[in-house]
Amino acid sequence: MNYEAVIGLEVHVQIKTKSKIFTRVAAGYGHEPNTLTDPVVLALPGALPVMNKAALDAVIKAGLLLGCDIAPVCKWDRKNYFYPDSPKNYQISQYDQPICLGGSVEIELPGAARNLLGQHKKIPLTRIHLEEDVGKLNHGATDSLVDYNRAGTPLMEIVSEPAMHTADEAFAYLTSIRATMIYGGISDCDMEKGQLRCDANISIRPVGETKLGVKVELKNLNSISFVRDGIAHEIKRQLAVVERGGTLVQETRDYDGQAGTSQSLRSKEMAHDYRYFPDPDLMPVKVDEAWKQKLRTECPELPFAKQERFFKDYQLPYTLTSVLVWDKDLADYFEEAAKLSGKPQAAGNWIVNDLLRELGAAKLDLLTSKVRPTHIAALVQLVDSGAVLTHAAKEIFVEMFATGDDPGAIADRRGLKAAPTDAGELEQWCRDSIAANAKALAEFKAGKDSAINAFKGSIMKAAKGKANPKLVDETLRRLLAAS
Amino acid sequence: MSSELFLRPITELATALDEKKLSSVELTQTVIARTKAVDGRVKAFNSFDESDALTQAAASDARRAAGQARGPLEGIPIGLKDVIAVTGQPLTASSKMLANFVSPYDATVTQKLKHAGAVLWGRLNCDEFAMGSSTENSAFGPTGNPWDTTRVPGGSSGGSAAALAAGEAIATLGSDTGGSIRQPAALCGVVGLKPTYGLVSRYGLIAFASSLDQIGPFARTVEDAAIVLGAIAGHDERDSTSFKTDIPNYRAELATRKGPWKLGIPKEYFGEGLDPEIATAVEQAITFYQKQGCEIKEVSLPHTRYCLDTYYVIATAEASSNLARYDGIRYGHRSKNAADAVDLYSQSRAEGFGPEVKRRIILGTYVLSSGYYDAYYLRAQKVRTLIRQDFLNAFRDVDALLTPTSPMPAFKIGEKADPLALYLCDIYTIGVNLAGLPGISVPCGLTKSGLPIGAQLIGQPFQEANLLALAHAYEQAHEWRNQHPKL
Amino acid sequence: MSTAPQLDIDLIAKLARLALTPGEKAKFAQQLGDVLHHIEQLSKVDVSGVEPTAHASPVFNVWADDIAQPGLSAEAALMNAPAQRDHMVVVPKVVE
Ligand SMILES: [Mg+2]
Ligand SMILES: [Zn+2]
Repeated sequence: MNYEAVIGLEVHVQIKTKSKIFTRVAAGYGHEPNTLTDPVVLALPGALPVMNKAALDAVIKAGLLLGCDIAPVCKWDRKNYFYPDSPKNYQISQYDQPICLGGSVEIELPGAARNLLGQHKKIPLTRIHLEEDVGKLNHGATDSLVDYNRAGTPLMEIVSEPAMHTADEAFAYLTSIRATMIYGGISDCDMEKGQLRCDANISIRPVGETKLGVKVELKNLNSISFVRDGIAHEIKRQLAVVERGGTLVQETRDYDGQAGTSQSLRSKEMAHDYRYFPDPDLMPVKVDEAWKQKLRTECPELPFAKQERFFKDYQLPYTLTSVLVWDKDLADYFEEAAKLSGKPQAAGNWIVNDLLRELGAAKLDLLTSKVRPTHIAALVQLVDSGAVLTHAAKEIFVEMFATGDDPGAIADRRGLKAAPTDAGELEQWCRDSIAANAKALAEFKAGKDSAINAFKGSIMKAAKGKANPKLVDETLRRLLAAS
Repeated sequence: MSSELFLRPITELATALDEKKLSSVELTQTVIARTKAVDGRVKAFNSFDESDALTQAAASDARRAAGQARGPLEGIPIGLKDVIAVTGQPLTASSKMLANFVSPYDATVTQKLKHAGAVLWGRLNCDEFAMGSSTENSAFGPTGNPWDTTRVPGGSSGGSAAALAAGEAIATLGSDTGGSIRQPAALCGVVGLKPTYGLVSRYGLIAFASSLDQIGPFARTVEDAAIVLGAIAGHDERDSTSFKTDIPNYRAELATRKGPWKLGIPKEYFGEGLDPEIATAVEQAITFYQKQGCEIKEVSLPHTRYCLDTYYVIATAEASSNLARYDGIRYGHRSKNAADAVDLYSQSRAEGFGPEVKRRIILGTYVLSSGYYDAYYLRAQKVRTLIRQDFLNAFRDVDALLTPTSPMPAFKIGEKADPLALYLCDIYTIGVNLAGLPGISVPCGLTKSGLPIGAQLIGQPFQEANLLALAHAYEQAHEWRNQHPKL
Repeated sequence: MSTAPQLDIDLIAKLARLALTPGEKAKFAQQLGDVLHHIEQLSKVDVSGVEPTAHASPVFNVWADDIAQPGLSAEAALMNAPAQRDHMVVVPKVVE
């Protein structure tokens, strides 16, 4: 029998705010333990929550970017459970009235080859809701230590429909969410810092069956590649169980990315009963059209839309767009260079091939790079006008990267510019060369255009390699036509 | 000035302080001495810090000397129920769970009283986590009613009512979730005001039932209550349920807000279970208002009989969640007998909480649990809507309602062993909390055996000024405020 | 609520993280049975079409701007902690 996997993802994204979701003490990562707390974070007796407007803005923006319906009214509920990282022993979350409903995440599946556009798909979302993060447990040999710095960080939970079927889809889904959140300025989505966390619900069923199979929840998918590997591993495990004639049990499994294995978590001693009820300490939220409209104006163009536009407006090849569009800063950088130079593809090539390579080697990032879009544009124009030759331009780029100097100035300083040739002198070199190459002249006259190259070697030699190749070409053609 | 300074109202003491006939240090010393003399019998205090109070009093005197007195509460010793946070002071909720807890922060009302120049004096006993109507549910033992220390002072703010009645403070704060200010005020013969939900910030008040809790004053006179309310009321950005509304000068309004008022008498509040002596006293109060030219109108609040059940579902549900934070992890009692993390919760909470708290947590957990939520909690919230509508309907015809505060006067400590019997103490006060209205209890007589009786006035939302003016009119025409327990 | 309430005291005590003695369990079950019996009255109220009241005076959109303010020092945060080490709260080893 043929089986298909069905995958739904629950993705938690920490929202990048200055203060926590229900109190104004700072939110942050990497601080000394328990230095980002206050009575609300620690759930001291008498402390009360107050909503952070910026967290609401962020989740509505995320909803708008993903095409969700924004609920006109939503409220806060308490999810009651005891755990040492949860200071109140309830989490303020949203139960039956989440702020965002529906929507979808556009993904691109791997293409037939690395340099080919892959199939696009939309993965439908169930909901996005807002909630608070918990503290962090540090497990020791004999006890555990609790740091509440993370507690109360605004967190959005993005829940997909069970609509993915392969590990590649899940990977692409997460990649797309991450890019969307970074684009929207909603989160930095650094998985190492726990800013993006993913749980997967995975089941298999015979192809053609519409009912869902027994669901396994896979936890601890704490890097984007572990998500792909973990899901692939779990699908294989489930298929193996079924093929062996075994039965799958509903359980939660922990994926060990290093070992590439998963392990069933000791089943909880009792079924969860979260006793959700509306939080009496918080007032409901009403989202009107004006609020949404204001946030809509802050919504950036997303990667896939940008890619479409780059194809259309700049005639960029897939290989360039597939690098440029995933990083908003890089895409903006490119567009500026493209517009300044008037040569989008050349600018794109310099950025994707040379700039990214140098940045990678120097472990620098784009925003602090000394090479600005104006530099790229100037370099493109130097090459395009024939003022510098390609091999010289590469040299100029390296120096420009190190110094941030103007490429024209570097070319002058280093003597890398094609010489500002005297027109009469150049014409004489050309005449000399034509006269010395009768065979090439005959070929050219017979219609072999490439024969023209045969004249250029001796001209360049005479010019000591600094003749403007464009000018050489033009002059040659004029004289050849006349001869 | 009488020698019994500790029994004088704020208004008189403030004048004496202003006129330099008295210093805050002298007044505070008098109150401390009185507390030391009588609290062995009254047991209104969980703790007090004599030198801290005197330091505050000296600072107040210095401000006054520098011409920087902050108003009528400058230098006045005010006691706080032990559920209101004061930086550096114990905050126990009268529970073993928090027996050693010291607050690292101030409640908003605490800050407001400090800004008003008051001398914060002592931590007042109450039912554990404000759950009860007699102050017998305190882990530190019951408080006695100053009128008869073998009787309860009411509750849950029994310590606040008793301390004031006994002259151990000049005014006090309590909290009222189902009658916890008004009922002890009635039983101890003082004024007790429960403000409209949202008028006074709950930030720093240990939560019992978040949608019902309000902090309010106990005072010797209505005018004193108006002064204290004026100091603690107002919007607070740290409490999302606090309401943005202008705060009138309640004290000044006492003189300007005059009737004739239309007073409603809800017929459901005078039925079975009401002590006849209380019925008579309240009827006399009705007669008084009638003679003053008030129009008296019988009204009906048809869902009154569902108030108690609605209250016990909502209050315990919220409490079960609010009290989940007391787990012995970050603070509070931690069991030494726990096998693992899960056991640590169960053992710490079992050891830290008293029986009434446990009962209510169990009930509240149950009514929220899977399969029961709709039948209990959701239904109670809907009935709550009907109860509130009853009141709002009545207020289309009348300005305020007049009822007894408590169906019975102070009963003997230990007399009511059955929880349900105790729950019935609150039948006249609970509706006000469910509807989020202001209510005030004013002394309106003594029983033949010499126990105080209170009448309750219930007002429209945020119309405390009217309510206080009404109560003031009654109070000024009677002598109950000059009767004090003999201790 | 049409049927008599069934309070499974073991389950509820577990959910509430309260270790009750057998004596407490028996007593509470009986007392709360009485209370629940009383509460049964609520089933008589016609609540069809009635909106629940979660807040006595509901308002919408009560929030603060996102401005970070100072909180507690680690010392103040842990001043009431029953057990602490390295500026963190010590709890029995949490498995899972
Ligand atoms: Mg979830
Ligand atoms: Zn979540």
